[in-house]
Amino acid sequence: MSLLEVKNLKIYYKTPAGPVKAVDGVSFKVKKEEVFGIAGESGCGKSTLVHSLILRKPPMEHAGGEALFKGKNLMKLSPEEARKIRYTQLSIIPQYAMNALNPTKKIKDIVWDLAREHGHTNRSEVEKLLRERLAMVKLTPKVADMYPVELSGGMRQRATMVVSTLLNPDLLIADEITSALDVTTQRVVIELLHHFMEEDIVKSIIFVTHDLALLDKIANRTMILYAGKTAELGPTEEIINNPTHPYTQLLLNALPRMGVQYKKQKLKGIPGYPISLLNPPKGCRFYTRCPYAMDRCKDEEPPLVKVGEEHYAACHLLGGESQ
Amino acid sequence: MSGIKRYLIRKTLIYTLTFFLAVTIDFIIPRMMPGDPIGVLLSRFATLPEATKYLHGYFVQAFGLNKPLWEQYLSFWNAVLHGDLGVSIYYYPKPVTEILKAAIPYDLALLFPALVASWFVGNWLGAIAGKNRKLDSYLMPVFYFLQASPYFWFAILLSYLFTFKLGWFPISGAYSYGIIPSLSWEFIKDYLYHWILPFLSLFMVQLGGWAIGMRNMIIYEVEADYIRYLEALGASERTLMKHAFKNAMLPQVTGLAIQLGLLVAGNVTVQIVFSYPGIGYVLMQGIMNQDYFLIQGAFLVIILTVLIANFTIDLLYALIDPRVRTSYTEEGA
Repeated sequence: MSLLEVKNLKIYYKTPAGPVKAVDGVSFKVKKEEVFGIAGESGCGKSTLVHSLILRKPPMEHAGGEALFKGKNLMKLSPEEARKIRYTQLSIIPQYAMNALNPTKKIKDIVWDLAREHGHTNRSEVEKLLRERLAMVKLTPKVADMYPVELSGGMRQRATMVVSTLLNPDLLIADEITSALDVTTQRVVIELLHHFMEEDIVKSIIFVTHDLALLDKIANRTMILYAGKTAELGPTEEIINNPTHPYTQLLLNALPRMGVQYKKQKLKGIPGYPISLLNPPKGCRFYTRCPYAMDRCKDEEPPLVKVGEEHYAACHLLGGESQ
Repeated sequence: MSGIKRYLIRKTLIYTLTFFLAVTIDFIIPRMMPGDPIGVLLSRFATLPEATKYLHGYFVQAFGLNKPLWEQYLSFWNAVLHGDLGVSIYYYPKPVTEILKAAIPYDLALLFPALVASWFVGNWLGAIAGKNRKLDSYLMPVFYFLQASPYFWFAILLSYLFTFKLGWFPISGAYSYGIIPSLSWEFIKDYLYHWILPFLSLFMVQLGGWAIGMRNMIIYEVEADYIRYLEALGASERTLMKHAFKNAMLPQVTGLAIQLGLLVAGNVTVQIVFSYPGIGYVLMQGIMNQDYFLIQGAFLVIILTVLIANFTIDLLYALIDPRVRTSYTEEGA
């Protein structure tokens, strides 16, 4: 049973030069009780994709497809319906989690402002829950009475995670929340997300990152995005151990290895830069950088094909039959 | 809360030092003016040249102007600390304190309402402009025009329009000639009638600055991460504005301290335009007549007003902004 079903979703940015096709026909499902990873390099549309589920503000526009969350199409909800779903059912820990809390309001006041707008009437109950959750993430319950400026960066990160999950959302979006952290804090964050799942505080998580090594630790299934399209989608283990799309292979190859000095062996990368999304080529979007590019790739868009158990990739090398 | 204590001690020290320096400058500046204050005084008693010479010597001695400057300076401080501001040369033999006491109520009744009203209305209009793009493009030019206007110029503009052209308001003074100040309804009505134009000059020019500041802060705060976060978690427009507004207000409170100095200066020029009998007008009289003691006294009042107001705002700021409080309670900053 899937919690979220995204079908052929298109999210464009309106610009004077024409639409920037940041997300261009992406489909995936997030099942109950799973961590779904979304990975890709900067500008591949991963942030746009998850933010569009929460809030679309100009110049971001919905240009097609649907996103069914618990049976409701998120793209067609009225602003008030969408507002009510946010936080209670669909919540986010933003990339800027350390600075997400208003510095001049006490944490309990921020939480109460939010909870009240989602139908809560008992302030002491909400505060009690907040203190319990703060203790759960190993912060002192007194943090509830403090201002965010009185906390260290790591404490603020954890406090934001508590605030985001306080009302037990079904789906939690974690948008690059480990990107700016050192490895110790990264571990804490990953452990906390795990804990939230175990305690049934959140049912499922969409974990967005550019760090494939981290996905290996947490995500059940992973989607690799390239230039607004799905390159590969499947169980994380499969994707890491048996990547089929050239982009995924190169991406994994580009991970720095321990024990190899830059002098001895240069860091591997993928030559070239991602294409402009203003006017994407009609064929495969990875064509310009792909070492295996063929004539066919230039004009013909590769469909997602099944390459294994629940494992799909979009590449002409893998055969042409559609899924 | 030793941090708060340290904050207080630091601020008190800074303000004491500022006061000392400002009063010293206040002492020096009038004495650097070319000319002879006693001569100005005596020119009003057109008596015999012989007697004038004799009187001149007498007055110079009486005002202590024959003593070396440093001695004058020390006795000046001594007197100031005893609340004695000397005797006015121009209004001889009236003590300066008496003249100032008569002027201050007019200042307060003009300055305070202008400051408070412009602050509230300006912030309110600024917030509206910050929220509403369309209105913004109409309001901003008006704000800029107001803010860029010098006080005296705006005062002249108002008096030209409403007095010369339309004849709606009196041109000068704080009340009509025939009326004796009292708490009667008749006097209050007459007083308010005279009060409107000077008030408007101060109010309107100040308002522009507040509105621009608030509008820019609102635009900045609405884009801030914490607002995006609240919005992503489904906070209503009202809650978002509540959060943004509070943070946008903080610099406006600091601005209050800075603007106050400008407002006091603006007050001086506006009072001159309308011959309004406050400190500004008195100061002008002092300068025109080289009245050292009157100038010193008037400046001292201005210095004290600005410093006390700034000090109050510093304290207030530590109360309303937890960030300021934390920065003084954490390390020994």
